[in-house]
Amino acid sequence: MKRLRRTMLFVPGNNPGMIKDAGIYAQDAIMFDLEDSVSLAEKDAARFLVYEALMTMDYGDKELVVRINDPSARGGREDLEAIVRTRRAVIRLPKTETAEDVLLCEKEIARIEGECGIEEGSTPMMAAIESAAGVLNAREIAFSSKRLTGIALGAEDYVTDLKTNRSPGGIELLFGRSMILLAARAAGIDAIDTVYSDVNNEEGFRAEVELIHQLGFDGKSIINPRQIKTVHEIYTPSEKEIAKAQAVMEAIEEARRKGSGVISLNGKMVDRPIVLRAQRVLALARAAGVLREEAENDA
Amino acid sequence: MHETSISREPSISCLEGLGLPGGQFSDENLGKSYSTLAERKASYSKIIPSLEEAVTLSGLRDGMTVSFHHHFRNGDYIVNLVMDKLAEMGFKNLTLAASSLSDCHAPLIRHIQSGVIRRIETSGLRGSLADAISNGLMETPVVFRSHGGRARAIESGELPIDVAFLGAPSCDPYGNANGYSRDVDGGVMCGSMGYAKCDAQHAARTIILTNHIVQYPNAPFGIPSTDVDYIVEVPNIGDPAGIMSGATRFTKNPKELTIAESAANVIAASGVFEDGFSIQMGSGGASLAVARFLREKMLAKGITASFALGGITGSIVDLHEEGLVKKILDVQSFDLRAAESLKNNRFHQQISASYYASPADPGCAVNLLDAVVLSALEVDTNFDVNVLTGSDGVIRGAIGGHPDTAYGAALAIVVCPLVRGRIPCVVEKVNTVVTPGKTVDVIVTDYGIAVNPRRYKLRRRLMDAGIAVSTIEELQQKAQRIVGIPAPIAYRDTVVGVVTYRDGSVMDLIRQVRD
Amino acid sequence: MKVLKAAVSGTMESSDIMVTVAPNEGGGLAIDLNSTVEKQFGAAIRAAIAETLEQLGIRDARVTAVDKGALDCVIRARVKASAFRACEREDYVWEVRT
Repeated sequence: MKRLRRTMLFVPGNNPGMIKDAGIYAQDAIMFDLEDSVSLAEKDAARFLVYEALMTMDYGDKELVVRINDPSARGGREDLEAIVRTRRAVIRLPKTETAEDVLLCEKEIARIEGECGIEEGSTPMMAAIESAAGVLNAREIAFSSKRLTGIALGAEDYVTDLKTNRSPGGIELLFGRSMILLAARAAGIDAIDTVYSDVNNEEGFRAEVELIHQLGFDGKSIINPRQIKTVHEIYTPSEKEIAKAQAVMEAIEEARRKGSGVISLNGKMVDRPIVLRAQRVLALARAAGVLREEAENDA
Repeated sequence: MHETSISREPSISCLEGLGLPGGQFSDENLGKSYSTLAERKASYSKIIPSLEEAVTLSGLRDGMTVSFHHHFRNGDYIVNLVMDKLAEMGFKNLTLAASSLSDCHAPLIRHIQSGVIRRIETSGLRGSLADAISNGLMETPVVFRSHGGRARAIESGELPIDVAFLGAPSCDPYGNANGYSRDVDGGVMCGSMGYAKCDAQHAARTIILTNHIVQYPNAPFGIPSTDVDYIVEVPNIGDPAGIMSGATRFTKNPKELTIAESAANVIAASGVFEDGFSIQMGSGGASLAVARFLREKMLAKGITASFALGGITGSIVDLHEEGLVKKILDVQSFDLRAAESLKNNRFHQQISASYYASPADPGCAVNLLDAVVLSALEVDTNFDVNVLTGSDGVIRGAIGGHPDTAYGAALAIVVCPLVRGRIPCVVEKVNTVVTPGKTVDVIVTDYGIAVNPRRYKLRRRLMDAGIAVSTIEELQQKAQRIVGIPAPIAYRDTVVGVVTYRDGSVMDLIRQVRD
Repeated sequence: MKVLKAAVSGTMESSDIMVTVAPNEGGGLAIDLNSTVEKQFGAAIRAAIAETLEQLGIRDARVTAVDKGALDCVIRARVKASAFRACEREDYVWEVRT
């Protein structure tokens, strides 16, 4: 089953307390940051810390991601040397502007995999797009590597690049978000939205999550565990949606039993998009705990 | 005429021993005063000019028991003030029976060393006094009692109090005392006087120490004038900052919020969460935050609670003022918001420790609880709970109402993080058993929930509601994987503390730590 | 590796450990530990520090550590960071997780 990426919690890479507790929340993914949240003087210490944590800590079945520094510089390459060897984390490339950025990072990863005898291609990547050039190249970036599981918007740098700032309604991000979403969908990978930094503004956060959910994003980067519940609530399908999805799955089963090639529900043909949507609804419902196996059997 | 006719009736046998005639209403004994209230106030009161005189009048002697309440928490001046005076007056071998003691009571160390205090009874100990006692300061072990256990012991005569020294933020000249004043806003406040009520009622002599003499009658009162013998005015009874904070804030700590939300989910799914349910929540960060999550669930389900009990915080008051909690039974007000509510809200009722939790009364309030949320220092795989000694074996807490409420409530939930820093909180065996595991139903940690095997139906119910339930052993193993195995604490044989259960039976012993 | 200068990493925050590694030419390993969990984990922390330095081939060092309840993985990370800074080296050999 496809992994859900509704919530990706940022954890500063040089903070042992937060690294220790990062696993206790309900988020889908943990992103350990070696980049912007770590000062230049502490890059080495954070790298050791995240490496040691990945080597020993139990984070259950959460997806683990590490945001590395620019891999064309020495620090970023050292990040890769350490993190790829943990064989446990998705490499998140920051400030991706072109497909070449991804390819360069991928080449480094492949070299390290080769050197230490890890299966080539086993280290997944995701790319964060944080500039005007990156947004315009979103399509090429999304298609650039098979390792990519998703692309993400990093809005803070992006709005600065646009010579504007973030507004409550987020109109300035509309093009960038749409572009990233379309690129991700065309390439068949996930689209992850940017962080919302005002942790105490619950209403503003909810409005933004509703917006990106409607746009079609798979999830959102978050900076505080308190934000998890809101995102998961919004990404939880309604009872009506679940019932409809279950009916679709029933119809497929029915058609299979009858050996019929055509699936129909209430006299209407059930085509591929409907099946995909139903599967996604049920996956989200299961993840939110509103759909359990008994309920499924009853339906 | 009247007198003669009564004495001539030999057939009224019940008159024997009634001491008639010539009682107080005979001409020579008639003490009736014709002075006005104002004149009487000027000529008589229970106010004694000095503490020393009041002590002398009380008849206190060496070897007797003096008592104190802990409503001023870490801002208390009364215990030190009185014990300094008793030391100065040359008293020896006293038993100090306080409802609890805090960090601020470190000066008691020298009174123990000099023989003024021989024995201590309390709910808890903290700070350097606790350290010193854990390291063998006292020859006689400290007896620890729960709030309900102490009330029972006082009432039954097991813990007789000779003189109670009770600080009060307001008192009239005849002894009506309270934790706030109706006359003035502000000043020192402690809200409920719940733990002082039993002492005042049962002590042979009760002395009120107050910084604020108010007009008679100081109604409503926490302690009635009938329970008071002497009043001493002192400049300061405590440090307001140490007595209570403005309002206990909701935690923003995401870990505590996670625990609180899980606890609220457990309550909601447990079967007790119906219209008219009753609840108690502690003052710890996580247990306090449970109120916020319960509020959402109560609104969603359209139900209200009939009462909230216990140490009361502003978050309970918020629910009360919103109409979600009908009544508050308050044995101890934890913050200023709670104290002000006690003063202003009609259905916020002050109750005594005995009313709250005495096991001698089957109808005590804790026995009418549906759910209680309690904190813990440690929990073990028997569900036994320690709230008294730290992971280093040193005393650093208080029993409080922990065993009382755990026993009384239909659903006793203990909340604690799986580990604190590198200290495991779910362990194989707690250092000190305070609340027996038989009375604990659910443990809620940040890493998962465990249900007491005795409550298999409850476990089923929670799982049916989609709540993931671990075994307590799984939680203990998980804690051990994270932090490793701590070195065992080195103790000496000397017993420094005796932990009693509510009925006075010995629950556990605390031994001297080896440095 | 040879310790060339005193170097520190880590903080005084809860769950962290501040480790200073300094030269101790020919003096072997000296560990001065101040920990909030000394009674329960003092020996384990000293062992983790010594083991980590040994793995790095450091025999002579004076280590001062202020511990606020750090887990073993944090202790190892801080000792390594301080040691590499103190030896003025950057050629750490990362192991592959098995």
